[in-house]
Amino acid sequence: MLHISIKAEPIFRIFGFNITNSLLSSVTVLIIFILLSYFFASSMSKKKTKITLLILFILESMYSLFSSILKEKTRIFYPLLMTFFLFVLLSNWFGLIPGVGSITIREPVVAAEHVAENPVYVPLLRGSTADLNTTIAIALISVILIQYYGIKFVGLKGYLSKFVNFANPIGFFVGILELISEFSKIISFAFRLFGNIFAGEVLLVVIAFLIPILASFPFLLLEIFVGFIQALVFSMLTAIFINVAIIKHH
Amino acid sequence: MEEAGKLLGTALAIGLGAIGPGIGIGIIGGKALEALGRNPEAESVVRTNMILGIAFAEAVAIYALVISLIIKFT
Repeated sequence: MLHISIKAEPIFRIFGFNITNSLLSSVTVLIIFILLSYFFASSMSKKKTKITLLILFILESMYSLFSSILKEKTRIFYPLLMTFFLFVLLSNWFGLIPGVGSITIREPVVAAEHVAENPVYVPLLRGSTADLNTTIAIALISVILIQYYGIKFVGLKGYLSKFVNFANPIGFFVGILELISEFSKIISFAFRLFGNIFAGEVLLVVIAFLIPILASFPFLLLEIFVGFIQALVFSMLTAIFINVAIIKHH
Repeated sequence: MEEAGKLLGTALAIGLGAIGPGIGIGIIGGKALEALGRNPEAESVVRTNMILGIAFAEAVAIYALVISLIIKFT
């Protein structure tokens, strides 16, 4: 029967901490990311290869996309936004590589008696954005940085006056709504990314279960597109919210 | 009996939750095509904003999907 688990399964433990399969693939993506950027930085000074030019093209087109939102402040926020974009993109696409999710290992069960009769098998790797923990972590980083840049650019007093306003009753009520919307940003960031990627994995599993041969190929292409769009949406929304936060209001 | 209720809840959550976003995405796509018809030079701007708007509308359907998956698998 289908193996669908909404939470990431632990595959081994270090000092009592459960190392889940999504954490393992997250670390793998991080290593790929670091190697790629090291390769890119070192090849910039030498003769440029085709891959270098391709990465350069992606970086430049994303820069022009962000500068349509952030205007002249793009230089300050570009490293942050591009890190979000590339990490989410690589994580989404890493979950689609054949073998991720289909290679399983035996689950390390703490209670020894129930190992012998029916061992449980869990996937060795799982797309890291298909785990709610990862997406909540990225969403928290994003929302906390939005508050940080808001305070840095507008000033603590100016920024807090957006939320606490005793001038008139309507302003007070709007301040409460603004405060709630800051918290709902975390939830909507986290659940949008998690929901899209997890739903994609479930879709691929179900299609492969119904028709084993070739039928999942168009859905795989769709998932590559969805992964790109979600990475784009995550970084674009962060850019828009930062832009809203750093504008002085009256 | 409990299993039947769970299945019914799953189907109702995603089925009802997909109505609103469906209407929304339809309106967004239609309006974007209308805007393109009026002003074909603005294609890239319209496309970017359309995809952003669709992602917002789709997020609501995804919330419903997450709820139904939680009902189903927990």
